[in-house]
Amino acid sequence: MPSLNMVLAQAMLGLNVGIFYAMLSLGLAVIFGLLGVINFAHGAFYMLGAFLALIGYSYLSVWLGIDGFGFGFWAALIIVPIVVAIIGMIIERLLLRRLYGQDPIYGLLLTFGVALIMQGLFTNYFSVAGTPYPGKPESLGGAINLGFMYFPTYRLFSIVLSIVVCLATWFVIERTRLGSTLRAGVENPQLTQAFGINVPRMITLTFGFGVGLAGLAGVLAAPIYSVSPLMGADLIVVVFAVVVIGGMGSIMGAIVTGLALGLIQGLTKVVYPPAANTVIFFIMVAVLLIRPAGLFGKHEKG
Amino acid sequence: MPEIAHQPRLAIENLQAWYGESHVLHGIDLEVHDGEVVTLLGRNGAGRTTTLKSILGLVGKRSGSIRLDGQEVIAEPTHRIAHIGALGYCPEERGIYARLSVDENLRLPPQLTAQGMSADEIYTMFPNLAERRRSLGGQLSGGEQQMLAIGRILRTGARLLLLDEITEGLAPVIVQALGKTIRDLKARGLTIVLVEQNFHFAEGLADRHYVIEHGRVAEVFQAEDIATGGDRLNAYLSV
Repeated sequence: MPSLNMVLAQAMLGLNVGIFYAMLSLGLAVIFGLLGVINFAHGAFYMLGAFLALIGYSYLSVWLGIDGFGFGFWAALIIVPIVVAIIGMIIERLLLRRLYGQDPIYGLLLTFGVALIMQGLFTNYFSVAGTPYPGKPESLGGAINLGFMYFPTYRLFSIVLSIVVCLATWFVIERTRLGSTLRAGVENPQLTQAFGINVPRMITLTFGFGVGLAGLAGVLAAPIYSVSPLMGADLIVVVFAVVVIGGMGSIMGAIVTGLALGLIQGLTKVVYPPAANTVIFFIMVAVLLIRPAGLFGKHEKG
Repeated sequence: MPEIAHQPRLAIENLQAWYGESHVLHGIDLEVHDGEVVTLLGRNGAGRTTTLKSILGLVGKRSGSIRLDGQEVIAEPTHRIAHIGALGYCPEERGIYARLSVDENLRLPPQLTAQGMSADEIYTMFPNLAERRRSLGGQLSGGEQQMLAIGRILRTGARLLLLDEITEGLAPVIVQALGKTIRDLKARGLTIVLVEQNFHFAEGLADRHYVIEHGRVAEVFQAEDIATGGDRLNAYLSV
């Protein structure tokens, strides 16, 4: 019989994983909502975020031959998501945009190809086994006593920051004027343009934001999981399952589902460890059979 | 500079349009001057809605000329056209965003000129909407949706209104209220293009009626000629 402390400890770790699932499925849902594109490259942008943080800390000064040129963790939290967003927006403008009138399969294949290219690029220069990120700040070192366990300070920080970002995103989308413009563009892009709103630009910015979120998750993940070209591919499969379970319908749905599934995964580790890696997929199959649109899903998009 | 004052607000010349392979407009010609109200009459499928959509670039392929205040817009992307011509559009299906609240719907279209009504003024004009401002667009009745559709383009300060079948499916009381609203807008100097099935509604309001048939302007009736042209008009409009 597992002790309460063990259960709570695994729940905390599950929450940690869950908030990453939430951030990534949030970005995917936002992109799918407005673009109708299932972004297979989402995991690759997460990986890119982690690598940009690593490069900024350890490699930039070496590659450029300028001593001390680089950026640490705190700066990476700001710089990296912006750089990832810009790269994403360039890809959207140059590549994805050409496919909008077509069968959705083409967008899917394109993003899949982009993911493979990004992955291949980094595999050339970095070890697949993973490179540790040495830039975890001193102030976030050590552990905090939560009563039932000593929980690493940094992990707690990553949970809190991620929750804040997710809730802030939900708030902007559901409760602000900017968000209503986005929701209008999702519901009726033609009419929204007829009113004079630049929907194509909104699409580009939304894609940038979605992948920027993935990039932020990558920066947060770097001190925890070390940085590998395959880290995105490993994660994205689970994130897709999360999105299938939650449905593409709502922002809050993506957040809640991500957290819940992370918790379930953690708790399964206590109750029946061999199933921990696959429990999410069992749930996905069940949801597909009972409620294919997902738990929070609404209409089918295009 | 006096040239510009005489430019029609809207000038369409030999407009052809296609939905995919289907050739829908075969050469529409019409002109609307500042402050005029004109109607596009005709049977369903004649091309009236397509004409309005073409102005906004919401139709696939087009050729010909569409000028707003003298500026050619046929090649412009849709999101710029409303700004160029200070256009306000009420689509046939009303286009109320089901998942936005009434207030969000009202404030969504961006400001086009400084002459827009404020949200408060619009809520005063349509008290029904004021009561339901937190409701979702999808929860409104047909009449309320129509008022919201008109209200939101009035907020933008649009000076050229394209109104597609605004009386369709509405109770006579509401149709009457809409008629009064259009008369008020006309008195304020707005330019209005109405697509209308309900000829009695259009009759008292318009300066000119264009009869559209098979994607062309079949005939133009001045307001004062309606009395004498009644039979011919009925022939165009009957099924």
